[in-house]
Amino acid sequence: MTTTASTTHDHPDFLAHHWDTPKQQFEAGKLGMWLFLATEVLLFGGLFVGYAVWRGNHPELFKFGSQYLDTTMGAINTVVLILSSLTMAWAVTCAQRGNRKGLIIGLLLTLAGAGGFLGIKYVEYSHKFNEGWFPGAYFYDKPSDRSRTWDDNLPVPGAGQLVVPVPDTEARSIEELGLPADILVEISTVVPPGQGPSGLEELALTDTVHTDDHAEHEMHALQREDRPANAHMFFNIYFMMTGLHGLHVLGGVGVMIWLLIGAVKGRFNEKYFTPVDLGGLYWHIVDLIWIFLFPLFYLI
Amino acid sequence: MTTIDTTKPTPGAETPPVDNYLTHSSGIMSWLGTLDHKRIGVMYLVSILTAFFLGGMFAMLVRLELMFPGEQILSQDQYNMAFTLHGVIMVFLVIIPSVPASLGNFVLPIMLGAKDVAFPRLNLFSYYLWVTGAVLAVSTVFFGGVDTGWTLYVPYSTTGTEMNGILLLTFAVFVLGFSSIFTGINFIVTIHRLRPPGMTWFRMPLFLWAIYATGILQVMATPVIGITVALLAVERLFGIGIFDPALGGDPVLFQHFFWFYSHPAVYIMILPGMGIISELISVHSHKHIFGYKFIAFSSVAIAIFSFIVWGHHMFLSGQSPLMNVVFSAITFSVAIPSAVKVFNWLATLYKGSISFNTPMLYALSFLVLFTISGLTGLHLGTLATDIHLHDTYFVVAHFHYTMMGGALIAMIGGIHHWWPKITGRMYSEFLGRTACGLIFVGFNLTFFTQFMLGSKGMPRRYHDYDGPNWTPEATELFGTYHFWSSIGSFVMAAGFFLIAFYLLHSLFRGKKAPANPWGGRSLEWQCASPPPHDNFSEPPHVGDPYDFTVLEWDEQEQGYHWRHDLKHEPGEA
Amino acid sequence: MATESSQHEGHPEVGHVVPVRILLVTGMGLLALTLLTVWAASFDVGNLNIWIALGIAVVKGTLVVMFFMHLRYDRPFHGIVFVTSLAFVALFISFALTDTTEYAGNLDPGDAPKVVEKLNVLGE
Ligand code: HEM
Ligand SMILES: [Cu+2]
Repeated sequence: MTTTASTTHDHPDFLAHHWDTPKQQFEAGKLGMWLFLATEVLLFGGLFVGYAVWRGNHPELFKFGSQYLDTTMGAINTVVLILSSLTMAWAVTCAQRGNRKGLIIGLLLTLAGAGGFLGIKYVEYSHKFNEGWFPGAYFYDKPSDRSRTWDDNLPVPGAGQLVVPVPDTEARSIEELGLPADILVEISTVVPPGQGPSGLEELALTDTVHTDDHAEHEMHALQREDRPANAHMFFNIYFMMTGLHGLHVLGGVGVMIWLLIGAVKGRFNEKYFTPVDLGGLYWHIVDLIWIFLFPLFYLI
Repeated sequence: MTTIDTTKPTPGAETPPVDNYLTHSSGIMSWLGTLDHKRIGVMYLVSILTAFFLGGMFAMLVRLELMFPGEQILSQDQYNMAFTLHGVIMVFLVIIPSVPASLGNFVLPIMLGAKDVAFPRLNLFSYYLWVTGAVLAVSTVFFGGVDTGWTLYVPYSTTGTEMNGILLLTFAVFVLGFSSIFTGINFIVTIHRLRPPGMTWFRMPLFLWAIYATGILQVMATPVIGITVALLAVERLFGIGIFDPALGGDPVLFQHFFWFYSHPAVYIMILPGMGIISELISVHSHKHIFGYKFIAFSSVAIAIFSFIVWGHHMFLSGQSPLMNVVFSAITFSVAIPSAVKVFNWLATLYKGSISFNTPMLYALSFLVLFTISGLTGLHLGTLATDIHLHDTYFVVAHFHYTMMGGALIAMIGGIHHWWPKITGRMYSEFLGRTACGLIFVGFNLTFFTQFMLGSKGMPRRYHDYDGPNWTPEATELFGTYHFWSSIGSFVMAAGFFLIAFYLLHSLFRGKKAPANPWGGRSLEWQCASPPPHDNFSEPPHVGDPYDFTVLEWDEQEQGYHWRHDLKHEPGEA
Repeated sequence: MATESSQHEGHPEVGHVVPVRILLVTGMGLLALTLLTVWAASFDVGNLNIWIALGIAVVKGTLVVMFFMHLRYDRPFHGIVFVTSLAFVALFISFALTDTTEYAGNLDPGDAPKVVEKLNVLGE
């Protein structure tokens, strides 16, 4: 009943042998894509958990850090991404109507949007790096910048060693620190975590963090030493979330180019446009994630 | 595999050899590049069993080391690497993919009455992801090894010196995760979109319900382990402080991440096994399954519930008392749907005409072992007792009863059940039953002693239990238990080698299998053994998958077939 | 399946074509909401800011999902899949956050002088 019935009626090229009808195949692709999007949501979900936890415990760090993000740039990027989503949706409609020219133009515009987004992100990132806002251990002075005993082979503290953070002292060795010599010690430039939920309470008391408009340009002149302890945590999560998102945009560019080639070759028509539709879904989810990232980082 | 040929004429084999999926095309590339779900299933089966062998070797090393007090064959570091690799291989390479990817791939479309899974290419891709992940995971040995345990807990994994090993392993786990996700997506879509007319949801064999529930878990939980290991990797690479307290991170958060995946993952392991057991019990006692809908829905219920109990692994990790209480309470509730299944299986057995075939023996072993495992899980889920039992051999015994006594025993039972279908050959019943007995006895000897070890206070993951830190009494007591535990593991190993022997033997010398040797009613027993390339040469009879009254035994064929007086009734479809 | 497709005389209609007009309206709505959220962020209303911003983001997200992603015209099951994934993320966040805020008070303050002090005690 499954096999015999289907062989009789027409079986277009794009229909794989185990499907009976194009509709069945299309619906399967759609469901598969939605399931894949669910996995994407959960993949990013992990990072949102990280965001919630760190922000919950260190709200002041987020206030502090987000001042260094350029809201205008972020807003422009949001607009760019929304527009590219719009052109993508339009491209899908064109594909469904068999309008090849429209499809190609739509894909090209979407690609342009993706490129624009990445370009702006590049400018933003390099700006951050120039100002010394790096993710992770690089947030703090590189080992070579200072005369600290930082073992280059151990970018993170080594096994069996205790970590002694030495934020504001010139002492750079175990002897200078007056520590017992028979304990293995790794001297770290990284400041230890803050205290509990409200984090760096001392810091919260100083004017610098409770920012008012006039404090803002003062902040830009901050020297590394003046950054609040653990300020890197905001930039960690910022770089990771936007970075993973950026990778997805890059993936989207790949998908667009592939669709574009297909469209130019005339692979799609009103009967067969599944790849365009699915590529579109993927692109919209990338947009959707940015819609949440933007306020969470830039507007706080 | 393609050279299976009849040299001895067997009863009922006079019919001209028909084309089947094994003979459909030949050459190594026709396997490596195949899109046929049956061949992919067989490739998975072979690969997973190879990984199982490797993981088993590491287990043997661990057991040898612990057999007597004092250092035996492994240094402390080597010991840590041995149990880590044992765990990683067994969990990520064997038990998580085992049933769905191998047996599921083979029988799912056939049970459904479909020609293939929804996305054959994705299926093959996910197989190669598995291979990549397997190679990466095993190759960590050559890059300094990993000594963190399969749980990869921070700060072991962020501060150890075996930098490259950890990085490789995180990558391997990431890739394996995607292999699992793609399998899950594929099966969910197949079940939704490729059910032929007549195959309604409630006519699906319970194995398919189990695979479906597993798919939900694979899709919804696995991405989280992906992001977890990705974060671990960037943490190691760039010193981003996420989990490492020295960098401002939170190590307890790592455990939240890890268990948010890994508790659902234990149900990724056990649910397909439960599905197999539902089939085995019903078919081999020739009785309609009891409480079909309860079993079906309890699979889905387990899948959902399993997302909200992960904190029971963290009672002593610094999790807050509030969440301890919450997670403990929910943990108890998740035992309910499991118990529902056990009672339904027992009710199915009741007054059935049970044939003690090898697969059935495995199903019965499962019932015993899984019940023990579930009940000991409740000990661990109780806050007060867990303080005593956490991180002792009691936990080790508990999860071996679930993963090995449950998931793996079910898989071996399934392999025996579908072996005639997959290969077209019968194995020796006598050796089959013997091996099952060996494994059952060996298993209990190995792991029941570990319950005692644990409750007496032997911590897990220790290289030794001798020396100044141990009282002589403890050393002696633990020595006895460890000794018998190791003996048990040798018995088990003997059982596994016996299985390997007679199964391989059957490929060449086994009797030719009839289409339906056990009297199964689901669709895979209606196509030839081995199945033809397109699964069905004539449309199967869809109907109640546990209505065995439509079958009758054929002495000549040595198998069951559709009752002659019903032949021309088109089933229910 | 065979009967279903033959009704359409070889033109099986799959998917739903969303008219360009609706797409444009959705796009304009999204842009307007972006402006709104940036504008709203310029008022400092304390903790409320983040909830306002998130609320607007949810509305924007819904628009994208419903119209750009055709969910409004799609099978309900696809919506269920999507919402389930969001629900699991919400679950993950709420449990993890409850726990971390609960135990945060018990954390040992990790400031340097104390660590040095501890080490000194150890060294004696
Ligand atoms: C009634 C059902 C179950 C309950 C109540 C339960 C409960 C628990 C608890 C509370 C622990 C933590 C023990 C500790 O670390 O102190 C645990 C550990 C474990 N359980 Fe279960 N469990 C159940 C079923 C299963 C199943 C079906 C599997 C796998 C197929 C499984 C696999 C594991 C594993 C692998 C661990 C230890 C992980 C590790 O620390 O390495 N459990 N179980
Ligand atoms: Cu668990």
